Amino acid sequence: MPDLTKTEETEPVKAPVAEGAPVPPADPAVGKPRSLWSDAWSDLRRSPMFIISSAMILLLLVIAAFPGWFTSLSPRDSDMALYLQKPQFGAFFSPEWLGYDGQGYSVYTRLIHGARNSILIGVSVTVLVTFVGGLLGMLAGYFGGWVDTVISRITDVFLGLPFLLGAMVILVSFETRAVYVIVLALAVLGWTLVARVMRGSVITVKQADYVMAAKALGASTTRILFRHVLPNAVTPVIVVATIALGGYISAEATLSFLGIGLAPPAVSWGVDINTAKDLLRNAPHVLLWPGLMLSFTILAFIMFGEAVRNALDPKLR
Amino acid sequence: MTTTQKTADLPAAKSADSAGTPLLQVKDLHVEFHTRDGVVKAINGVNYSVDSGETLAVLGESGSGKSVTAQAIMGILDMPPGRIPSGEILYRGQDMLTMSGEERRKIRGRKIAMIFQDALSSLNPVLSVGYQLGEMFRVHQGLSKKDAKAKAIELMDRVRIPAAKERVNDYPHQFSGGMRQRIMIAMALALEPDLIIADEPTTALDVTVQAQVMDLLAELQREYNMGLILITHDLGVVADVADKIAVMYAGRIVETAPVHELYKRPAHPYTKGLLDSIPRLDHKGSELYAIKGLPPNMARVPAGCAFNPRCDRAQDICRTEVPALHPVTEQDGTTLVGRGSACHFWKETIHG
Amino acid sequence: MADLDKQGGTPEQGGGDVSESSTTAEVEAAFAKTVDRGEPILQVRNLVKHFPLTQGILFKKQIGAVRAVDDISFDLYQGETLGVVGESGCGKSTVAKLLMNLETPTSGQILYKGEDISRLSGRALKAVRRNIQMVFQDPYTSLNPRMTVGDIIGEPFEIHPEVAPKGDRRRKVQELLDVVGLNPEYINRYPHQFSGGQRQRIGIARGLALNPEIIICDEPVSALDVSVQAQVINLMERLQDEFNLSYVFIAHDLSIVRHISDRVGVMYLGKMAEIGTDAEIYDHPTHPYTQALLSAVPQPDPATRDQRERIILTGDVPSPANPPSGCRFRTRCWKARARCALEVPDLAVPAEFRYVEGPAHHDSACFFAEDKPEVTHPQEPPAPEDPARGRAD
Repeated sequence: MPDLTKTEETEPVKAPVAEGAPVPPADPAVGKPRSLWSDAWSDLRRSPMFIISSAMILLLLVIAAFPGWFTSLSPRDSDMALYLQKPQFGAFFSPEWLGYDGQGYSVYTRLIHGARNSILIGVSVTVLVTFVGGLLGMLAGYFGGWVDTVISRITDVFLGLPFLLGAMVILVSFETRAVYVIVLALAVLGWTLVARVMRGSVITVKQADYVMAAKALGASTTRILFRHVLPNAVTPVIVVATIALGGYISAEATLSFLGIGLAPPAVSWGVDINTAKDLLRNAPHVLLWPGLMLSFTILAFIMFGEAVRNALDPKLR
Repeated sequence: MTTTQKTADLPAAKSADSAGTPLLQVKDLHVEFHTRDGVVKAINGVNYSVDSGETLAVLGESGSGKSVTAQAIMGILDMPPGRIPSGEILYRGQDMLTMSGEERRKIRGRKIAMIFQDALSSLNPVLSVGYQLGEMFRVHQGLSKKDAKAKAIELMDRVRIPAAKERVNDYPHQFSGGMRQRIMIAMALALEPDLIIADEPTTALDVTVQAQVMDLLAELQREYNMGLILITHDLGVVADVADKIAVMYAGRIVETAPVHELYKRPAHPYTKGLLDSIPRLDHKGSELYAIKGLPPNMARVPAGCAFNPRCDRAQDICRTEVPALHPVTEQDGTTLVGRGSACHFWKETIHG
Repeated sequence: MADLDKQGGTPEQGGGDVSESSTTAEVEAAFAKTVDRGEPILQVRNLVKHFPLTQGILFKKQIGAVRAVDDISFDLYQGETLGVVGESGCGKSTVAKLLMNLETPTSGQILYKGEDISRLSGRALKAVRRNIQMVFQDPYTSLNPRMTVGDIIGEPFEIHPEVAPKGDRRRKVQELLDVVGLNPEYINRYPHQFSGGQRQRIGIARGLALNPEIIICDEPVSALDVSVQAQVINLMERLQDEFNLSYVFIAHDLSIVRHISDRVGVMYLGKMAEIGTDAEIYDHPTHPYTQALLSAVPQPDPATRDQRERIILTGDVPSPANPPSGCRFRTRCWKARARCALEVPDLAVPAEFRYVEGPAHHDSACFFAEDKPEVTHPQEPPAPEDPARGRAD
C-alpha cells in the first residue's frame, strides 16, 4: 500500500480547497509580476529591427534638437563662390562634405538644420491626430448609436477629401506658411485614420466580459472608458500612429516641394528638394542628399512601427 | 526525458484484420514545438492503434497532446514551429512520415479524413455547401460539376440534412450548428475513407443535438466499417461510443483499456481521479472529489511522472523516474487484454 | 437540504411561497410544497426581453424581434442555489444579464426583497449592485489583461469606497485571495500569468468583494478542464455556506447543475419549461423536453449504454426570432397535438398531478405532462471502490 498520508508537504497558505497550486516556489508559471507591456518590452529589446530603427530615430532627434553639435554653420550662411561645388567625401562632417547648392549653401548644413522642421511637423501631427482621432474614435465606438453615426459620417467626409486638394485649400486660406499651419493642415486631413482604427478597436474591446464585469460592479462610464477600454484598445492606434509619422514627414516634403508647404526662408528637406529640382542635370548631389535623408527618416519610423506592432501583437507574426 | 515506452509487449486489444497489420498504428511518436521560451515537448512517445470498425477514444485535457497527435497523423501540423523528431505513423503498415508528399496526399482525405470541433470555421463562408461537398468529387474523382452536385445532395441526404435538394446551394452560415457538423461529417465521408479522426466533434453542440450527431457518426461507422479515432475530454461521450480508450496526460499515454474495463477499474490515479470527480447522485451535498493542483505547463513538465505533483500516491520514485506503460494484469498474473498503465503503482491503483 | 438549515437567518418566515399560489386556496395549499423557505430574496415576475431586429441604416425600422426571454417567473430564496439549464439560444444568458441589470427588460419585474430593481438607475442601482454580483463563463476574457490581480479584485472597493476604507483595501484583497485559495502574494501578478482555474478563482474573489447576497453564475466552469471543474464547484459550495450566498447557477452541464442546485429550472426557447427541486426535475421530469434533455446526456458509464431508453429529438431549436405558436417545444415534440399549436401552456402543476402528492407535483408547462422516471437514470452506476474518496485536500 502506498503511503497516503505523505502527500503534500509544501503548503504555506492554508488553502481550504483541494488545489495545491498556490505554492510560490512550486509554481513557476506565476513568477514575477509581468504586465503585457513589460512582456512587449522584453520582446522589443531583442528585436534587431527595433534596435536599428530606434538608434536611427534617436540620432534624428539629437540632430533636430542640437544641430549646432553637428555643424558650425547656419543654414543661411551663403557663399556664392562655392556655387554647386561637388561633394568632397574625404571631409567628413565639414560644410563642404556634401557639396554646395545653387545658393551657395552647404548641403550638409542644410541637411542637419532641415531635420528639425521635419521631425517637429511629424511628431506634432502625430500627437494631435492621435489625441483628436483617438478621442473621437473612442466615443464613436463606445457609445454607438447616433454618436457613432455623426462621428462616422464626419470621418467619411474628411476621408473623402483628396489629400493634395484638401491640403492646398487649407494652406491657401492661411496667409503664413509657418510650421503650425502645416501641422494643422496635415492633422485635419489625418485624424480620420486614427479615428477609424480606434473605433474598430473599441468596438471589439467593449464587448469583452471584463467591461461587462465593471458595469456589473457599478463603475462609471469614465472609469470604464479609461481603466478598461482605452488601455486595451490603444495598441493598434500606437502602431498606426508610429507608422503614419513617417508618412507625415513625407507629406510635409511633398507639400513643400509643390511650393504650398514651407517656403524658402524656412529650412526643410522638402524646400531643398524643390530648389534642387531645376539643377538636377548639372548638380544631382543637391537633390540626392535631402532625398536620401528623407527616405532614411521615413524608413526609420516605419521600421519602428513594425517592430512595435510585432511586440504588441505577436499573433500577427 | 529519455524513456522508451514498451508497448510492443502489450497484447493488442483486438486481433487485427486478416493481414495482421492494424489500419492505423502510431509508434513511439514524438512531437516538439520550438518557441521563444525553448523547446516544448508536446508529445513524448505515444503509441496507439485502431482497426477497421473500431472506435478508439483519446481522452485528455487541454495541453495533453491529444489533438497534436491527430494533427501529426493528418499531416496538418504547423512545421515549423512543430517538429517530429522520431516515431512512426503506419497506415496499413506503411510509414506516412517517410512517404513522399504526393503519396501522403493520396491517403489524406481519401483514406483518412478529419472532423473538427468548430464546423463554422472549417467551412469556407463564401462558397456554397454543395460546392464544397462537390469539390471532393471534382478534385479527387474528376466528376463534372453536375455530377458532383448530385453526389453532394446524396451525401447531404445520407447525413440526414432535411430538404437536401433545396439547401444544397445554401452557405455555411445559413445552417445551424448541428447541421454544419453534419456537413463536416458528409465532407469527411465523401470519399469513403477507412479512418475518421474526430477532434471534439460535439463539444460545441447542445446536448440534444450532440446525441443526434454521435448517433449518426456511430451508424455511418458501422455501415462503412470505418475506424474512428474520437478525441474528446468528455467522459460521458467516451462511455457511450468507444471500444477502447487511451488516456493522455502531458504528452504521454498514461492508460489504455477497453471501455468497460476502464470505467470499472481504472489502473492509473489520473483516470481514477477523473472518474471520481464526476458529480454522482450519492454524493450530492458533500464535496466533490477533486484532483488537486493544475494541469502542467508543457514548457515545464514535472520531472519523473508528470502527474506526480497532483497524485495522492506519489512516492520518491515518481519524482525521478518516468513510468513506462506497464501491461496490467489481474492479481493472479492473468493478462488483461489491451490494458496498460503508466504508473509505478498501477497494482495498488487497480487492485486497491 | 441545505435551504432547510439556512432559513434561520430570515426573521419573518411563513407564507411566502404559498401566498403566490392562486385562489383555489385550501386544497391547493394542502398539496403545495410543505418546505417553508421564508421570503424569497429575489422574485422574477413575467420577465420579457425582446431584442428588436431593425432594417435600414439612417431610418431604422423594426421588422421583428428576437424573443430571447418571453414571460419568465421564478423565485430565489436566501442561501439556496437555483440551477437554470437549457441549450444555446434558450435565453439563459439573457436572464443573467437582466438579473444583473446589464440589460433593461422589455416588460416584467425583478423584485429584490420586494423592490423592483429592473428599472433603477444612478445611485439606487449602484446600491443594489453591491448585493447582486456575477461570475462569468470565460475566465480568459472576464479579467482585464492590463490590470494586476490586486487592481481587479480591489476595483469593487474603488467603485464603492464606503465598503472598505482606503488603507484597508490591500489587506482586504489579500484576504479575498486567501478565501478563494490563491496565494495572497500574487496580488501584483497579471491575469495571463494564471491558468484557467486560477483565473476563475480571481473572478469569484471579485464577485465576493462587496459581500453580495446573490451571485449570478453564468456557466462558471464550462471553460475549465475537467479535473479543475470539481475544485471550483467545491469552492463555490464552501463559499455559499460560509457567506450564506444565494446562487443562480446557469449551466448546460446537467450533472454539475444537479450536484450544486437545490432547485432547477429548465428553459427552452425563452420560456421556462419546468421548474422544481433537483430530485423532482431529474428523477421525475414531467415535461417532454426535460425528459429528452436528460435522456440525451451521455452517462459516464459504459454499462448503461445499451440499456438506457434514449429520446433522440429530431431537428434543431427553432430561431427565437420566429418561435412556433402555442407551445414552443411542439415542433420537436413527439406528443404534440393540435392543442399545442393553439394554446401556450402555463407553467403550473399539471392537472394530472395537482392532487397527487409526490415528486411529480411540480410546475411543468405541458398539456400532456407525464411522469417518466425511467428516461433519466436507468440504474445507479456502480461506484468504484475507492479508499481515497472524499479526501479532497
